[in-house]
Amino acid sequence: MKFQNREVLTGINLQVNPGEIVTLIGPNGAGKTTLVRVALGLQEPTSGQRSVRKGLRIGYMPQKLHIDDSMPLTVNRFLRLTGCRLTAVHDALGRTGVSHVLQSPLQSLSGGELQRVLLARALLHKPHLLVLDEPVQGVDVTGQKELYQLITEIRNASRDREHCAVLMVSHDLHLVMASTDKVICINQHVCCSGHPHQVKQHPAYLRLFGGESDELAVYTHHHDHHHGVDGHILEPQSPVSEGKQ
Amino acid sequence: MMPDILLSALLAGYGVALLAAPLGCFVVWRRMAYFGDTLSHSALLGVSLGLMLDININLAVIASSLMIAAILVSFQEKQRMASDTLLGILAHSSLSIGLVTVSFADNVRVDMMSYLFGDLLATGPSDLYWIYGGGALVLATLAWLWKPLLSMSVHAELAQVEGIPVRKLRMTLTLLMALVIAVAMKIVGVLLITSLMIIPAATAQRLARTPEQMVIVSALLGILGVSGGLAASWYLDTPAAPSVVVASFLFFLITRLIKRK
Repeated sequence: MKFQNREVLTGINLQVNPGEIVTLIGPNGAGKTTLVRVALGLQEPTSGQRSVRKGLRIGYMPQKLHIDDSMPLTVNRFLRLTGCRLTAVHDALGRTGVSHVLQSPLQSLSGGELQRVLLARALLHKPHLLVLDEPVQGVDVTGQKELYQLITEIRNASRDREHCAVLMVSHDLHLVMASTDKVICINQHVCCSGHPHQVKQHPAYLRLFGGESDELAVYTHHHDHHHGVDGHILEPQSPVSEGKQ
Repeated sequence: MMPDILLSALLAGYGVALLAAPLGCFVVWRRMAYFGDTLSHSALLGVSLGLMLDININLAVIASSLMIAAILVSFQEKQRMASDTLLGILAHSSLSIGLVTVSFADNVRVDMMSYLFGDLLATGPSDLYWIYGGGALVLATLAWLWKPLLSMSVHAELAQVEGIPVRKLRMTLTLLMALVIAVAMKIVGVLLITSLMIIPAATAQRLARTPEQMVIVSALLGILGVSGGLAASWYLDTPAAPSVVVASFLFFLITRLIKRK
């Protein structure tokens, strides 16, 4: 993928299988959102291809929903724009736990409520694939845990019948959802990928949250290279120079 | 008895107000005010081309607006330039090219002022046909595409992922705006068309709870503005189109002040 002849993403092979939860992580400017946009078909890759199963329904939850103040819109109306019936809207809001905002103007919602409304909207399409771009951004840790639990429930509920897969971007480099099947760390290319470790075993997490949660997990990176500021791979550095930074 | 001239001015003004309301809401929702300005300024280029080539001016205006829109889209995709800069360049260049071109045409003697500021009190039956005929077409298209257009205005990418043909809708909206500009140009002039779209919509925004309410309220406000402006023009002998804009602006101010209390 190139912008203005600048390589943004190279040599990336991303595959999401039915029922699988894949989390994309990486520093700012790593190309996470670009990769998601390519996966969604919003952007044509400069080279390479995107292949989706025929008839695949995608539920997309954008990173931020800025509803202009100039648009008077209630949550109900926002969800009904999908063409779904009121009962379906009720169900979806119930599933994401925000039935009470049905008649509220969209602009009056809190960050967490808005994220849940967006998730409800993504669910309304009965998706085979949920694409979530930083779903817990701007939500506090408790809220994050709840949202992750919700996403896991959604995957589990439909796993046998519909094989709902989840492709998620996480803004946090180390904390990802525990039920993630695969973590892919990118910085213009795939740096590393693998299973996240269970949270409970990680001392850093235990110190932070007292080991109460099953929803967050720490992903330990295992890079074999270093990056320059522009994301290019640098020659392996000596431990001395590493210590200096 | 109301004189014919005032009656047809009122009918023309009401027609334009009804048309401008829904499009004005989209302009406000999608933050396209500059875009509307550029389209309407470029209409003058259409006028001069129409006069030079001796084709129907309304059609020439629609064609030139679409051309400007196409240029705009291709520039935005290829050059990296702030779109307000680009819009400013295109708006004023096309306006000036239009004025310059007309000055070359010795055989045509037209009062360009009436195209710049409109001539509401000189509307004839053929203008009314254009306004109500074109208007019916615009309103029918909007009603037909209302839901996808609304989805696109809320969040374009979400709409695209959900399978709404965003590019086509964007082009359709541009085409509709070009049509409205073409029919409204003679009435309010290229410099003031956008104000007739955005001022009532911006006023209605604070009074409405749903998008549809906003359209209806802004149509009513547009009609009030036209009535007020024409009354001022008739009794105080002020220029008609600017008076309509001033009247709309007064309504805007009043709702702001009332709401603040």
